[in-house]
Amino acid sequence: MREYLLGNVAIAKGLLEAGMGLAAGYPGTPSSEIVESLVDLKGDLPLHVEWSVNEKVALEVAIGASWTGTRSAATMKHVGLNVAADPFMTLAYLGVGAGLVIISADDPYCHSSQNEQDSRRYAQFASVPCLDPADPQEAKDMARYGFDLSERFSVPVILRPTTRVSHSRADVEVGATRRAEKDPKFIKNPGRRVSLPVHVRPLHTELLRKHKEIEAALESVPWNHLELAGEHGIIASGIAGLYAEEAIRDLDLDMSLLRIGTTPAPSALIARMLEHVSSVLVVEELEPVLEEQVQRVALSIKPEVEILGKESHIPREGELDFLAARNAVARREELDLRPAKAIAGAKMILPPRPPSLCPGCSHRAAYYAMRKAFGKNAVYPSDIGCYTMAVGMDTVDTCLCMGASITAATGIRLGGETAPICCSLGDSTFLHSGLTGLLNAAYNKARITVTILDNSTTAMTGHQPHPGTGFTATGEASVEISLEDVCRALGAGMVETVDPYQLEDTIAGFKRARDFEGLSVVIARQACVIRARRSGAARKMYAVNQDCAGCKLCVDFGCPAVEFDGQKARINSLCTGCGVCAQICPASAIQEVRK
Amino acid sequence: MKTSECDIVIVGVGGQGVILISDVIGRAAVKAGKPVRGAETHGMAQRGGSVINHTRIGCRYSPMVASGGADVLLALEPAEALRFGHFLSREGTALINTVPVLPVTVTTGTASYPSLQEIMDLLREECGDVRAIEATALARQAGTAQAMNVVMLGALSRFIPLPEELLLEALSEVVPPKYLEANRRAFMLGKAEVE
Repeated sequence: MREYLLGNVAIAKGLLEAGMGLAAGYPGTPSSEIVESLVDLKGDLPLHVEWSVNEKVALEVAIGASWTGTRSAATMKHVGLNVAADPFMTLAYLGVGAGLVIISADDPYCHSSQNEQDSRRYAQFASVPCLDPADPQEAKDMARYGFDLSERFSVPVILRPTTRVSHSRADVEVGATRRAEKDPKFIKNPGRRVSLPVHVRPLHTELLRKHKEIEAALESVPWNHLELAGEHGIIASGIAGLYAEEAIRDLDLDMSLLRIGTTPAPSALIARMLEHVSSVLVVEELEPVLEEQVQRVALSIKPEVEILGKESHIPREGELDFLAARNAVARREELDLRPAKAIAGAKMILPPRPPSLCPGCSHRAAYYAMRKAFGKNAVYPSDIGCYTMAVGMDTVDTCLCMGASITAATGIRLGGETAPICCSLGDSTFLHSGLTGLLNAAYNKARITVTILDNSTTAMTGHQPHPGTGFTATGEASVEISLEDVCRALGAGMVETVDPYQLEDTIAGFKRARDFEGLSVVIARQACVIRARRSGAARKMYAVNQDCAGCKLCVDFGCPAVEFDGQKARINSLCTGCGVCAQICPASAIQEVRK
Repeated sequence: MKTSECDIVIVGVGGQGVILISDVIGRAAVKAGKPVRGAETHGMAQRGGSVINHTRIGCRYSPMVASGGADVLLALEPAEALRFGHFLSREGTALINTVPVLPVTVTTGTASYPSLQEIMDLLREECGDVRAIEATALARQAGTAQAMNVVMLGALSRFIPLPEELLLEALSEVVPPKYLEANRRAFMLGKAEVE
């Protein structure tokens, strides 16, 4: 049956076609919909699906399940694999039980990410195979195949969709769902489960041998496909293969094409291509992973062949598209380039529309109060989440990676900064990797204030639950962790909880934290406005009356629901009724009105 | 050599229902037995930002429409029509909802919003067939302003190689049953606008 599917939904279907029994992930664009789809598709299948507290945890849970004989998957965005790198690297030595597929979704161009690292490099680093799909169909088929490959060689397999695969849609042929194996059992085998030096030394040797066998096995997979034609050729990987194919078609050229969907690519196929052509263009996004392999093969069989790629024709940063591939090919063949179109004058008159905090978002109010209490000389390390978009409020001085707000703040203090330091991170980010940082700050006596912007969800990625919400991924009631108790237990000397919609109280709370001689925590708690609206929470309405003096304090607050007509402020239809602007107005000109 | 039967770029602002339109087109294309590809905006860019969706009917290649390659530009918001106007082919058609959604840069007075006329004039220099559609008003007439996107889908239906009955069948799969009648009316009103 053919269905029009989002890449991530197709991946979820592929996992179910493989009879997977456990999936664990942490939300991160562009990977989040995989776990969400599994929850939707689960039905009565014997399947455990979870949002784990972070990617390292997710992978370790998946490893445990694999060692118990249950096919398992761990899902994350590319930078999540950094968090999970510790178990990942050694798992390659120890090997899997039942098949284990790690889905690490890459984000060339940083559509929604802090960097554009290439997960294929991780596969090379760990000597494990990586599958690089071009479209949702391949992503689904590779997700299923990944388990077979993983079991055949007892290694974890990376599936690496990019944003343009995970968040693209296509007509996909779907197959039947398989039920996970019955009665899994953990079988003891210390030589392959305990990473003592004496165990891992021979396992490393074994891994390197397996890596060669894996490359040979990948020769026959359908995603590595050679079509010999003219004496100029293209070798392209993943979605770049589609761009290249479309370019050849568009330019109506007779070129040989080798499409690659795996790392390592099969050297034998590359050799056949190189023997046939005099010149080859390597088209791939981000790192020259494939190109380096082509160069190695050429060196041993045909050093005179011309290899073009990252040095001259294909950028190493950002994402590719059809036009980039077409123009690279056109340049190679000395044909006319097709420039990207631009509309003259459009930029001049178009207002920018950057993503921003929602109307009524409590983070805006919390940052406003924080800034009032700590002042302009304070240092404000921040973190990864919706609140990073508040960079214009001067309360986001740093953003590095998940959880680095607290630890960077610690270093800024212990490195010698004497100004007040107030860092901030969201509730999900705190539970992901803020706990250890807070413990460290307490232990090493960093006098800083940590603000947890608690909107009781993982908002940026689409409102996934976490241990502070009291619900699991599948909607079952579970423990609801108290952030206050956790912070006290980790050694915070002072813990304050404030409601950011109560501006005066929140400023007072921040001031007490600022003046505290030690490690203080402010929990700024108010529901995410998107969630509040969806749950049908009653909304107040506000309007500006004739007392408005046009001072623009409310406008400068930056809420999209407050407009300025040149003379006076106005509340527009986006207002969610949080009432914060009414508390900012010095003339009391913003008042609640009856509906 | 042509690599796609019909390339569509749908643009707007997060929350306007861009994805629903391409979902309906994609499902209808599958029903018609045609290969179809689409690319969407998710994540950070959705928070009040511009969204763009590429849909390619009768295409087996990548999901993105090339700059200057769109047969139809469907804009749910006028400024976004201009922002993504460079996707439009010279022979293409632009269908533009007339009601602006002001970005925060405009509401706070740091930038100004161009007139509909300015937007249309600039687009007309690039492409001969640029049409304004009072989609928001038509949606209200159909019973719910929320169906503005479906009015635009109805207008779009006259320019794409998919039978109307398949589009309506796909629409009934993605719209909650209690809003289906209003949405069908919205579709028909949009279609009538361009006939």
